[in-house]
Amino acid sequence: MPEQLFQFLVTGVTVGSLYALVGLGFALIYNASDVVNFAQGEFVMLGAMTAISLVAAGWPLVLAAAVATLLTLLVGLLLERFAIEPAWGASVVATIIITIGAAIFLRGVALLLWGKDFHALPPFSGDTPIHWGSATLLPQSLWVLGGAVLLVTWVHLFLNHTLMGKALLACSFNRAAAQLVGINVKVMLRLAYGLSAGLGAIAGILIAPITFSSYEAGVMLGLKGFSAAIIGGIGNPMGAVAGGLLLGVLEALGAGFISSGYKDAIAFLFVLMVLFFEPTGLFGHKVAERV
Amino acid sequence: MRLVGFYIFAAIAALLPVLFPNNYFVTVVGASAGLHVILAVGLNLLIGYTGQISLGHAAFFGMGAYASAIMTTRFGWPGWLAMVAGLLVAGSIAWLFARPILRLRGHYLAMATLGFGIIIHVIMVQAMQWTGGPDGLAGIPPLNLLGWTIEGDEQWYGVIAAAMLLTIWLSLNIVDSRMGRALRAVRGSEFAAQMMGIDTASAKTQVFVISALFAAFAGSLFAHQQAFVSPDSFNLMISVELVTMVVLGGMASTFGAACGAIALTLLHQGLVVFEDYEMLIHGALLMAVMIFMPQGLFVGLSQVARRVWTHFRGRSTQCAESIGK
Amino acid sequence: MKNIRWRTILAASLLLMGSHLASAADPIKVGAFLTVTGPASFLGDPELKTLQMVIEDLNAKGGLLSRKVQLIHYDTGGNAKEAVNFVKRLIKSDAVDIIVGGTTTGDTMAVIPDVEKEGIPFISLAGAVDIVEPVKKWVFKTPHTDRMAAAKIYEDLRKRGLTKVALITGDGGFDKSGREQLLKLAPQYSMVIVADESYGNKDTDMTTQLTKIRGSEAQAIINFGFGQAPAIVTRNIKQLGVTLPLYQSHGVASKAFIDLAGQAAEGVRLPAAALVIAEQLPDADPQKPVLLAYKKNYEAKHGPVSTFGGHAYDGIMIAIEAIQRAGSVDRARVRDEIEKTQGFIGTAGVFNITPEDHMGLALDAFRMVEVRNGGWTIVE
Repeated sequence: MPEQLFQFLVTGVTVGSLYALVGLGFALIYNASDVVNFAQGEFVMLGAMTAISLVAAGWPLVLAAAVATLLTLLVGLLLERFAIEPAWGASVVATIIITIGAAIFLRGVALLLWGKDFHALPPFSGDTPIHWGSATLLPQSLWVLGGAVLLVTWVHLFLNHTLMGKALLACSFNRAAAQLVGINVKVMLRLAYGLSAGLGAIAGILIAPITFSSYEAGVMLGLKGFSAAIIGGIGNPMGAVAGGLLLGVLEALGAGFISSGYKDAIAFLFVLMVLFFEPTGLFGHKVAERV
Repeated sequence: MRLVGFYIFAAIAALLPVLFPNNYFVTVVGASAGLHVILAVGLNLLIGYTGQISLGHAAFFGMGAYASAIMTTRFGWPGWLAMVAGLLVAGSIAWLFARPILRLRGHYLAMATLGFGIIIHVIMVQAMQWTGGPDGLAGIPPLNLLGWTIEGDEQWYGVIAAAMLLTIWLSLNIVDSRMGRALRAVRGSEFAAQMMGIDTASAKTQVFVISALFAAFAGSLFAHQQAFVSPDSFNLMISVELVTMVVLGGMASTFGAACGAIALTLLHQGLVVFEDYEMLIHGALLMAVMIFMPQGLFVGLSQVARRVWTHFRGRSTQCAESIGK
Repeated sequence: MKNIRWRTILAASLLLMGSHLASAADPIKVGAFLTVTGPASFLGDPELKTLQMVIEDLNAKGGLLSRKVQLIHYDTGGNAKEAVNFVKRLIKSDAVDIIVGGTTTGDTMAVIPDVEKEGIPFISLAGAVDIVEPVKKWVFKTPHTDRMAAAKIYEDLRKRGLTKVALITGDGGFDKSGREQLLKLAPQYSMVIVADESYGNKDTDMTTQLTKIRGSEAQAIINFGFGQAPAIVTRNIKQLGVTLPLYQSHGVASKAFIDLAGQAAEGVRLPAAALVIAEQLPDADPQKPVLLAYKKNYEAKHGPVSTFGGHAYDGIMIAIEAIQRAGSVDRARVRDEIEKTQGFIGTAGVFNITPEDHMGLALDAFRMVEVRNGGWTIVE
């Protein structure tokens, strides 16, 4: 039994780091704009699919990954410029619906570009499983974990130790005040979308060798990423990461020890419990409502 | 003003099958639109008037549908009794969950309702002995109301249209009632409402239960109309679509929600001819409408209508002036 | 006066002839509702392409009963509620003469009440045995049933002397009904189910479930599903170092599965229609010419064949031949002719439809195949 537990944990952390990366993207955009970007999952999918196409056309992996990330980043910027910005001043709910429309739109484009098949990227360093104690994991999982750590560290440093990053955070704390001190909020918003899109793309490329990709791949990942961001307290990027890992481990433990059929229900039950006892997420700011 | 809208709705609903007899689009699509209106109007009471987002509303729709399906097929209950059972189940669960869920705010509330919806959906898929699993339950017997068995698309159109008008009427009454004013106060500022002595938690719970009841009612009708239910009709995507209908049509407006429901139902039927392009067009349209009419179709279109009307009225006034000179 | 009357009569008879010609030129309408997008798009897409291809070729050769054939199709996206609406639309609004479609069991079962009520022949492309058992007057199907798949797998296990089986299935209709058949048939073949794990079809990692299976007494693993999940299961099994024989279902009898699962697919066995090993059949096999012709035709336009496209081929061909024999599109006559289909050589096997058996395939229509060197080989 304990050997099984170890494998469950390894699996949970692997899957969880996937969710963490996607959740990070949600947190960033929310930070800058109070909007949950429902197209985040599609950014992940676009990055993966673009990289797959480039690699299949013969490009070397690193170049394909870089170009795919840049292209997706561009999509994120375009989305902000042409869908979000024109609706400046609209309610949060209306903006969320716009992102839902954008998600559907991007999925439709992907359907036309890449059809309905599943595609895979070749693993970065082979697929001989690595044995660690009684558990095994794929080398690609290490890439995912490593990538997640790197990206999260980079985001943390960016947000807290660079001027631009701090400006981005300032927008989330108080937009009016940020504008008063000379921060161009519109530019910050564009930056947030671009950054989230780029992050999502990298996440997609890292996980494509394990999970395959298709035009619909963004839906489930978006959902899990959103859940991760919420558990951790939306607006807290590190919280999103912790939330993702927690969600992954819970799913694995629920499937392993209780019932694999009901594992999603178990995971979400846990999410509900967290929210009932910590209404702003595990690590969220306590929100003080102004009268 | 509101009653006028209601009468217009009733008139259109009554006239359509007369103007277009034996028409698939009127009876089947109309029935589908009618059910969506019931769902959207109920959800609008929650979202529009209390600002609480629910991304799990399809779960209540499903509870009504499965209650009717299971009770009539597996236990031989009469349809109306199964519908009552569905209403009770949905209402009780809504009541139980309302307090803890409604303490949450904004995205956390959305997540909680989303999680709730997913849990119910997983049960629908996994509890195969009861629910028939992913392929659902077929062969649901027809609904029998006071001796009259509802059979055929035309009769169902009539029943659903009547149900739709009933729910619109109920919603309009709730909005204008004491509870409605309390709800609007909550939406304006919950804190201020509490200061005025409104029991906001109770008001929010009541509206949550009412919107769940509307959804379960629609679910029972749906189960008998289709003679078949499956989990695919009650998943997250459906919940999101319902929210889209309410926001698209215009929140805090019963007619807005109804318009949004009808618009999205028709859009879907109209877009199928585009096959693989459907998704792209659907997404683009959604974005366009929300960008250019962020207050919803109903408000947006009525603004356009008003502008056109004043333009023409202005022109004729000018004409009259120039003639009068 | 006389002139006018003659001219009137001439004009009237010309008009009558013209309208008769017009009705003779009215196309025969075949209705189809398929899951072209959504989780089962992998099945619905080749089905649509096949239907279009066959009908195009037929029209190029002069049509059916001297009339053109028109395909009217809708995409249900895997949502059974859409299936019901589209079938109503096909029957009432589009006035089709026959329906070939219903990619998934869910879609098919949902429309059966309407089809039976309206009395229109319906050839389903879905798998579950429930579709034709009990027999419904107007409903037929062309794919092998899930029960046949389970039986074929158990037969092979018995030959290898294995009796303890672990099941791992997804949350789709195909998965669940396959699992049900596997559970039902187990006692008949003296099989013992020692583990019964489940996953979500969109999941990306099944190592948890497989770890539990590894810890059980299983001597073989059966994974029943389609899409990307079985490929992930196959890879995970390799990753965990589990060496038990793995059986898949006919849901993944395609090149795409081998491509996705990669090296891990070697040694995987599954029951499949002969289409996937068409070239390896002995020349005397009656199916061979039909399979090779379909394969050549399809691959020229669309890429690798799929057995699901094959089921659509069987369905539309049976429909066409029945209409031909009936000499009209009268629904009752066509239905009777479909029921009399004997010795029809299709991609899935040889069909012998009877009033008691609205599918018409015997167990040997399924071939047990194994993945070897990145391709399919017959195992018999």
